[in-house]
Amino acid sequence: MGLRIIVLAKQVPDTRNVGKDAMKEDGTVNRGALPAIFNPEDLNALEQALRLKEKYAGTEVILLTMGPTRASEIIREALYRGADKGYLLTDRKFAGSDTLATSYAISLAIKKLAPYDLVISGRQAIDGDTAQVGPQTAEKLEIGQVTYAEEILGIENNKITIKRRLERGIEVVSSPLPLLVTVHGSAPACRTRNSKLFMKYKHSKTVTELQEATEDYIKLQKDRPYLTIEELSAADINVDSEMVGLSGSPTKVKKIENVVLAHKESKILSDQDKDIENLMKELIDNHIIG
Amino acid sequence: MNNIFVYCEIDEGAVADVSLELLSKGKKLATELNCKLEAIVIGSKLDNIEKSLYPYGVDIVHKADDTRLYPYTTLPHCSIITRIFKEEKPQIALFGATSIGRDLAPRIASSLRCGLTADCTNLVIGEYTENKTGKEYKDLLYQIRPAFGGSIIATIVNPETRPQLATVREGVMKNEIFSNSYKGEVRNIKVASYLKDSDFIVKIIDRQIEAKKINIKSAPIIVAGGYGMGSKSGFNKLFELASLIGGEVGASRAAVDAGFAEHERQIGQTGVTVRPKLYIAAGISGAVQHRAGMDQSAQIISISNDPKAPINSIADYVIIGDVNDIIPKMIKYYKEKSK
Ligand SMILES: Cc1cc2nc3c(=O)[nH]c(=O)nc-3n(C[C@H](O)[C@H](O)[C@H](O)COP(=O)(O)OP(=O)(O)OC[C@H]3O[C@@H](n4cnc5c(N)ncnc54)[C@H](O)[C@@H]3O)c2cc1C
Ligand SMILES: Nc1ncnc2c1ncn2[C@@H]1O[C@H](COP(=O)(O)O)[C@@H](O)[C@H]1O
Repeated sequence: MGLRIIVLAKQVPDTRNVGKDAMKEDGTVNRGALPAIFNPEDLNALEQALRLKEKYAGTEVILLTMGPTRASEIIREALYRGADKGYLLTDRKFAGSDTLATSYAISLAIKKLAPYDLVISGRQAIDGDTAQVGPQTAEKLEIGQVTYAEEILGIENNKITIKRRLERGIEVVSSPLPLLVTVHGSAPACRTRNSKLFMKYKHSKTVTELQEATEDYIKLQKDRPYLTIEELSAADINVDSEMVGLSGSPTKVKKIENVVLAHKESKILSDQDKDIENLMKELIDNHIIG
Repeated sequence: MNNIFVYCEIDEGAVADVSLELLSKGKKLATELNCKLEAIVIGSKLDNIEKSLYPYGVDIVHKADDTRLYPYTTLPHCSIITRIFKEEKPQIALFGATSIGRDLAPRIASSLRCGLTADCTNLVIGEYTENKTGKEYKDLLYQIRPAFGGSIIATIVNPETRPQLATVREGVMKNEIFSNSYKGEVRNIKVASYLKDSDFIVKIIDRQIEAKKINIKSAPIIVAGGYGMGSKSGFNKLFELASLIGGEVGASRAAVDAGFAEHERQIGQTGVTVRPKLYIAAGISGAVQHRAGMDQSAQIISISNDPKAPINSIADYVIIGDVNDIIPKMIKYYKEKSK
């Protein structure tokens, strides 16, 4: 029983490590200085797909990402870890899309890649922490959704069983396929790169990247078609231009404020015994503690 | 018409705290906008549930009571709410940023093609002028949240789509009774006509939910540790101090990610929001997402080896030094002085 699985993954700036280097003089974040990474929970999602591939012979794992040309990096990363194919959904028209416009474009791309049994995404992307694109894509595809999966337990007679991680416990659910599953960060970590696959795919390139490649490369890709990472444009998936980018995004950013700290008059103390002793006395005398 | 709606989550037969907090905020917004506050409750055995809602100033309770509706599954709740929204055309609808709210709200937003902002830390009514067209909008919901690595606060609006949808975490809004004698009305939903068989494709086979163990939200004193605590055993000293002075232990996300503390203790934008009378931040730098969850504390003490840590600028007392020295000294002098 081979399955066709589409994994949704996003390349994100590594907001977990907004260190001092990434701050500009005016105190704002220099996005360019943040490394671009494979969204962490999307790696958990990929791992779930790869486990199903091991379990059910003939299963195909296809990675789909929407983003700029550079996002091909995560497609290659997925190929090195065991994905069979990757698609880059990229078009200027998509710039400025909020989660609704993004899920619209992604759902059209998925329809183009149909048939599929499962769509697996991460729970949320760390750049916005919205966790919206998964459920919204499911709604657009008119299929069911199971969020916060920790483990896909198995598939039998077209029925999938999934363990979910909730705030205060777990739930085991079953559903017929097709289904969209979002994977929680508590799911098993993704396997590392496989060295054979790395050798196989390290020269894979998108059509755009190939335009800037040397003759040798172009010949290599001709001989080995699996090295070509396919791109999908807005036209390829027949989007309504009004429904993507800024015009397709109902949420508008009214204002971005740099956080300016209102300085309180703070008492500065040292770590000397006298200072700590006085502080504890003051807190007790003022009935703040005790 | 065009009222404010709050989706009320049911947790073991009662309305969840986060929903009551949203009703409290919803009532204030409704008063400002001169409209009604309506609640949607979906579950099973909901007799008299409205009695716990009226004191929050709820005018209409939409009740969908059916054994198939509890425990929560996505599609039936989504179908009912989507239909209510289509008929009632709310201007604003609020959901808890919980496992349930964040599963449900995006699906509703997609089906109604509405904007949704996750994890708001503040909701305010205001006006907006569209840059390109110059078109002016009055009485929009400002959905305010920290964004991008923490150095910015974004104000999001949905000028054209209704309802304006937002999720808010537990603890962000205050739980405030409007009036104990307030009375609204119940509208019982004829559940069967709202649902299709295909809404029940996902079946719950097993469910193990623990009772709430840790509740830092209502603690009067919080001793919170950050990545600067260095280790899980570093946190033991915080537990000692907290139990001594009658507080609970909180943590920054970096500390939780590093495994120093449980996720339930995380304070900030993606954790709980707290307003204790005393907040002790030990080895926490004070990123905006952290401050979003604690800057309403009455008194703040920061303990840090970095005089420039952002947390210091909102602290009443700043102790510069190593947490490993200072926490034991606080324990020692508290014991001496409180005798
Ligand atoms: C979308 C999003 C949501 C987020 N939500 C949250 C949230 O809800 N809550 C949250 O907390 N964070 C959140 N974060 C993360 C946040 O941006 C910070 O990364 C995090 O708060 C940093 O934790 P910290 O202060 O413990 O660690 P650090 O920033 O590493 O700070 C450690 C501090 O300890 C000091 N220190 C080190 N050693 C010692 C010592 N021995 N003695 C004294 N001081 C010492 C250091 O000088 C430093 O100031 C979020 C981030 C994003 C992008
Ligand atoms: N541009 C994108 N391309 C592919 N997948 C995406 C994209 N944006 C979001 N996703 C998927 O949707 C999940 C939730 O994203 P978000 O709603 O942005 O938090 C992510 O973990 C990804 O799996």
